[in-house]
Amino acid sequence: MNLFTPISWNDAGFILTGVLNTVYISVIAIFFGTILGLVLGFARAEGNKIVNMCLGGVLDILKSVPLIIQLILFSTFIGAMGYPLEPFVAGSIILSLYTMAFMVEVFRSGFDNVPAATKKAARSLGMSYWQTVRHISIPIGMRSVLPSWIGVGLSVIKDSALVSVIGYMELLRTAEQLISRSQQAVMILVGVGLFYFLISYPLSLYGKYIERKMTR
Amino acid sequence: MDSYNFHWNVVWDAFPQLLGGAFTTLHVSVLSMLVGIVAAVFLALGKMSNSKILSFLSSIWIELSRNTPALFLIYMAYFGLGAYGIHLSPYLSVFAALVFVNGGYLAETFRGGFQSIPPTQYNAARSLGMNSVQAYRHIILPQMFRRIYHPMTNQFIWSILMSSLGILVGMNDLSGETQRLQSSSFRTLEFFIVAAAMYYVIAKLVLFAAHLVSKRVFKGELS
Repeated sequence: MNLFTPISWNDAGFILTGVLNTVYISVIAIFFGTILGLVLGFARAEGNKIVNMCLGGVLDILKSVPLIIQLILFSTFIGAMGYPLEPFVAGSIILSLYTMAFMVEVFRSGFDNVPAATKKAARSLGMSYWQTVRHISIPIGMRSVLPSWIGVGLSVIKDSALVSVIGYMELLRTAEQLISRSQQAVMILVGVGLFYFLISYPLSLYGKYIERKMTR
Repeated sequence: MDSYNFHWNVVWDAFPQLLGGAFTTLHVSVLSMLVGIVAAVFLALGKMSNSKILSFLSSIWIELSRNTPALFLIYMAYFGLGAYGIHLSPYLSVFAALVFVNGGYLAETFRGGFQSIPPTQYNAARSLGMNSVQAYRHIILPQMFRRIYHPMTNQFIWSILMSSLGILVGMNDLSGETQRLQSSSFRTLEFFIVAAAMYYVIAKLVLFAAHLVSKRVFKGELS
């Protein structure tokens, strides 16, 4: 019996599932990571020392423990507590939190970039605190964060490859399974690398382009 | 809710092995960082050189390392080269991938740091009677080093965290050792909690050491 069968066009669907799953979990993590990051970034920029210390401590843990350990730890933990989640759900939660940890700093620096005088001017024009946030801080602050936001987003797409360790069928895991079946490692891996590159490279060029436009 | 009984004894008994794993983690991170710095210097010089071929080749390395997942590069070193009969050990595959990534990222850091120093400073140094070497030694490089110090520290922390991917190719670093130990004792949760704490402590210690070094070397004038 032939144990290894070469890859064929029938595997295209399998790889495509992996591609879509990678895109899917990345989009979810970036979406929730951005929203949470915006809220917490605002809290860090406006909050007092105590808020900052508590938030900083938690975010520090998320950033100082390897993502792969966080994923394994979380999925084992919820399993041991009797609430096993699907790999996709568990992966989305951890990847979103991980994204959030980096987004917080991005948004915080955005809020910090809004000159205090501008905010005071808005208040003296009769705007309430939240009106100032809504019409002044967010529009002005968010303009400067786009390049770093893209940078974090790109690293999330790449880091999503790690969700495979808890059993999520993303691109790299489908590739790994095809490799163990067909033994055609190079061809499959090059294809996978090309896919990541084709998503990531244009976006990184775009990020650099915006950055250059802004500094001018 | 099921109550989960924590058994910490197994973990404490295996603590020497975990420390051994942590040592391997530091080992591969430090080495890949050092080799990565050397590679990055050449890549940055290549990218800024007038030769189109050199600049193009450097760009390929830099962009590939920045735009593909580190795990992909480790697989490439482990499975990809294996297909050509080059069987790297797990340690070497992780090392090679980390060098490749560190080189690419640091090259851009170095280039950015170098280009952030206005060329007029070089001219001014020359007009003060310094020769080219002196101008770099006393004017350009000290300023450049101040600017790239912080990104370099971050890159080193990143290397430590990313070397944890060794778990997937069976390396005996902290995460791989944890994986091996938990699979024979089934105390998965305990082992990974301790591993997470150890990574955290390592990262904090490195940051602290970097802070001490910068205080001594730059005397607080870190830009």
